[in-house]
Amino acid sequence: MFIPLDDLAARIQDGALVALPPDNSLTPSALARALVRRGVRGLRLVGVPVSGYATDLLIGAGCVAELDTSAVTLGEAGAAPRFLAALAAGEIVLRDATCPAMHTRLQAAEKGVPFIPMRGVLGSDLLAHRPDWTVIDNPFSPTKDPILLLPALAPDVGIFHAVMADDEGNVWVGRRRELATLAHASKRVLVTAERRFAGNLLADETLAPGVISGTYVEAVALAPRGTWPIGLLDEYPADAAHLLAYARAARTREGFAAYLAEHVASPVAAAAE
Amino acid sequence: MTPTPEERLAVALARLILDPAAPPARHIAVGAASPIPAAACWLVKRAGHPVRLSLLHREEANPFTEGTCELFDLTAQGRIDLFFLGGGQIDGTANINLLGTGEWPTAGTKFGGVRFPGSFGSAFMYMMTPRTILFREEHSPRVLVPRVDWISAPGVSPPDVFRRGTAQALLTGRCVFRFDPARARFALDQVHPGETVASVRAATGFDFDVPDTVAETPAPTDEELALLRGPVAAEMRATYPGFCARVWGAA
Repeated sequence: MFIPLDDLAARIQDGALVALPPDNSLTPSALARALVRRGVRGLRLVGVPVSGYATDLLIGAGCVAELDTSAVTLGEAGAAPRFLAALAAGEIVLRDATCPAMHTRLQAAEKGVPFIPMRGVLGSDLLAHRPDWTVIDNPFSPTKDPILLLPALAPDVGIFHAVMADDEGNVWVGRRRELATLAHASKRVLVTAERRFAGNLLADETLAPGVISGTYVEAVALAPRGTWPIGLLDEYPADAAHLLAYARAARTREGFAAYLAEHVASPVAAAAE
Repeated sequence: MTPTPEERLAVALARLILDPAAPPARHIAVGAASPIPAAACWLVKRAGHPVRLSLLHREEANPFTEGTCELFDLTAQGRIDLFFLGGGQIDGTANINLLGTGEWPTAGTKFGGVRFPGSFGSAFMYMMTPRTILFREEHSPRVLVPRVDWISAPGVSPPDVFRRGTAQALLTGRCVFRFDPARARFALDQVHPGETVASVRAATGFDFDVPDTVAETPAPTDEELALLRGPVAAEMRATYPGFCARVWGAA
């Protein structure tokens, strides 16, 4: 079940549809760095429901062809500079969405149905730019009731960080249950974990509700401080100074290249993971 | 005590939350990157009003035990009474634009436009929440435009489109506008100290109504400032460290 981080990254094929959580959840930063080192190309990323540091890093490193997301932001560190640069240069295709649509589409895949209705959105210009979304008239309403239909979304690979993982592939994410939806909806799930749990996470009644069952998990790599520079629940806070430094450096191609050399490509950084 | 601009805005928002003319706000949700709305909500709660707060980005004791999708499920059912939204652009019919300006934002900035972060949950929340308070600190003709370049979420909808509510008001760094959904039009309600109807008019790209009398936005009381600087700041530091350090100094 446990494999080295770079082997986990090697399991993600070029061009895969890869879904990941943003910076307020359990973002797989260490895996994103490993993907940059592996030189993956043509990823189609999905923000669940938005995108942050890891996505900006992958875009800047030339790993991304398409992005389906509801927003891209570095939070208090500001705009995502490599996302903006790639968009301006026409290097990525962006499909704008809205947060509940991302969750709802994954929930449809979770239930094995091809589409799902959702309220709201009518009158938004998002709709005109999403040929994959459609509006129908509610067949159960006696009066006219237009409602949005969304196609199910089953990512090729779901990736996220977990606090604990056991030898059965059970992973503990606490209350971040949107990751359970992501895991249930994805064809394959690759997880990094802060630490190994000796024993079975599902054997403990207190821990079990925060566990995603190993049924869904293909492989786990241990990655201590695996969300850094993003924080991890109550384990460690975000490294705000580092994120600000990243946002500054990534404003230019040269600055971003220097950042990669220092924090992603160097053997020291890799060994620390 | 002299209030900071952020404290004035938080107090003005708190008064809009407590507006007796609006439907009651029993359960308020606060989304991403919203430190001033979050401060306003904590001020209302710490002043003793019975309100349930669900802050999406709070780490400690986050109420969403079913993940971030739970906020949207609660809202879909009508269990969230009030939400806050902003916009890179906001227009005179309360449309908000979080996408960008110029060519369709996916085309990028090479056509002279500006890309904003994205629509977040706005396209859903604005329509499914009974009350939305629009908030944007910058009050300038580039933000408050006659017509947004792109609609992330519409201010008003045709009668056959399911919608629980829309903007109650728009608070900016210069004034408070009230929104009348029946007429799809803003009216100036209060101007902040130092502003006039003329100065607001000059800084606003859209047309709006002006009643016979426009009050000055009331200043925060010493009690409100003490709450903001004490218990409210303490609640907010973990979620918004940069904002809290800037407004209230080191902990």
